Amino acid sequence: MIKSKTRVLFRLGDKIFPKFTLICSLIVVAVLVNILIILFIQAWPAIKESGFSFLVGRSWDPVKNAYGALPAVYGTLLSSILALVIAIPISMGAAIFLTEIAPSWLRSIASFIIEILAAIPSVIVGLWGLFVLVPVVRNPIESWLGTHLGALPFFQGPPFGFGFMAAAIILAIMIIPIITSLGRDVLKSVPGAQREAMLALGATRWEMISRAVLPYGRSGLIGAIMLGLARALGETMAVTMVIGNGYRITASLFSPGTTVASKLASDFSESSGLSLNSLIELALILFIITLSVNVIARLLIWRLTSVKGKAD
Amino acid sequence: MDTTKQTETTGSRSFSGNKGYILKAENLRAFYGAFLAVKDVNLDIKPKSITAIIGPSGCGKSTLIRCFNRMHEVTHGARISGKVLLDGEDIYTPGIDPVSIRTRIGMVFQKPNPFPTMSVLENVVAGRRLTSVLSKRTEMEEIAEKFLRQAALWDEVKDKLKQSGASLSGGQQQRLCIARALAVEPEVILMDEPCSALDPIATLKIEDLMRGLAKDYTIVIVTHNMQQAGRVSDMTAFMMMGDDRAGGLIEFGRTDQIFTNPKDKRTEDYITGRFG
Ligand SMILES: Nc1ncnc2c1ncn2[C@@H]1O[C@H](COP(=O)(O)OP(=O)(O)O)[C@@H](O)[C@H]1O
Ligand SMILES: [Mg+2]
Repeated sequence: MIKSKTRVLFRLGDKIFPKFTLICSLIVVAVLVNILIILFIQAWPAIKESGFSFLVGRSWDPVKNAYGALPAVYGTLLSSILALVIAIPISMGAAIFLTEIAPSWLRSIASFIIEILAAIPSVIVGLWGLFVLVPVVRNPIESWLGTHLGALPFFQGPPFGFGFMAAAIILAIMIIPIITSLGRDVLKSVPGAQREAMLALGATRWEMISRAVLPYGRSGLIGAIMLGLARALGETMAVTMVIGNGYRITASLFSPGTTVASKLASDFSESSGLSLNSLIELALILFIITLSVNVIARLLIWRLTSVKGKAD
Repeated sequence: MDTTKQTETTGSRSFSGNKGYILKAENLRAFYGAFLAVKDVNLDIKPKSITAIIGPSGCGKSTLIRCFNRMHEVTHGARISGKVLLDGEDIYTPGIDPVSIRTRIGMVFQKPNPFPTMSVLENVVAGRRLTSVLSKRTEMEEIAEKFLRQAALWDEVKDKLKQSGASLSGGQQQRLCIARALAVEPEVILMDEPCSALDPIATLKIEDLMRGLAKDYTIVIVTHNMQQAGRVSDMTAFMMMGDDRAGGLIEFGRTDQIFTNPKDKRTEDYITGRFG
């Protein structure tokens, strides 16, 4: 039996707890809105000065006071999308392996390793990129692609090592653990009844996975990929260390480039006045892009859970 | 199945192969790891009949029928010993692919489990598509209509073929699952308490349907509802858990005999509601 005094306390807790959580969520929303407002105020001089040309301009020249966001936005999207192209098959394969194929002892070990990988600070991944990845990207990866597929516009120019290619690979390495671990959770949530239904119809294990498990988890998996994308779009440190800091738009993946986040990281401390306002306008653009990707991802995952509720 | 097979008398082990029986369990034991869940079941199932398996909950009814289409081994660590003969051939013979067995022995589960991302039409042909290419839409529609009619669902869903399978009512979902199992054209259909999640009206519909299906298919149904066993089945098997917690077959016979004149005291006690 619980003593009456403690029960009174519990009841009090029942009343206070919902209010407490409400306040916490309001604080989060307030911080979010505040960030948006502050970014907007700080960026305002640049918005007023450059106007629409900020979005389409291709140079960043504090001497001429000419600021264009396009190369940074291009670099952000290019490196992130390329990272997804690398990461999606690997992490989907790993998630399927972990939930459907691996023996249980391997599942727990591999899951543990993946959680650890996801927790490595990005500056450390960046150091590894600098010392290990960049030389390997230069030779053999880029030199091989240059000699054999050099006719394609993506693989032209001298192999620097530093550039979009290295940035995309390092981003892929950073988002594979996230997508794998979220994807594994999605696949684990697919009811056993769905698997058994397909097996009992005479499906092989692979048919069961491809026709029952993956379709059931479809929107959740897309959500996991989108969260990985959001992470890649905003990733700063590791990318800054390997992308080579070139402000240009080119199809060549060998070329040094920049992303919004790496531009901010490398220029922020030396900027003032209009160039600082312009950097903050860049940050505002990034904020809006990642926020929308996150919202879409959450909506997709939320839809998965509501579909599940309907099915069983 | 031809009719001569049905008229064979029961009980003799001397004739070769499957004559008289489509499905036969011989000294069947089922394990979950080291735990013996079902022991020493010997059971003959006649073609185009309905066999009910009754018994208190936990006595191994589900485990037993899952051995009949090799779904038991899907559970991690589960295995069997003994034989299950389908048309005289042991389905556990090494080298036999469980996948091919499952196309010959279909299964309907306790909870309706349509595929929610597929339409009603796609649900019906989901299994059939695994073995045959159904490229043309008209072909798919023909097959879907045929088996939805067999499952007594066509009139209710003919205008909803493109809706999600999960949008139907519980009873409709279960009949959709029956249509899906039928579309694979199995010889035997196993049903594990197919009505336990349904209301009485949906239950009666499925019982009617089963009696119609028994003209073409062999049906084995697990039920905890004795009235249901009495209403639909030709043969009834009564299972019970022994002192060692392993379920065993206590009595098997014609349904009217089991219900009016059981030979075993335990069957009588269960039928008359003295336990379970
Ligand atoms: N997946 C499983 N793992 C271990 N034991 C199980 C599993 N499924 C069932 N059992 C056990 O096997 C016995 C028979 O269960 P089951 O076949 O489901 O009985 P019924 O269908 O007659 O209610 C029970 O003792 C149950 O606890
Ligand atoms: Mg059961």
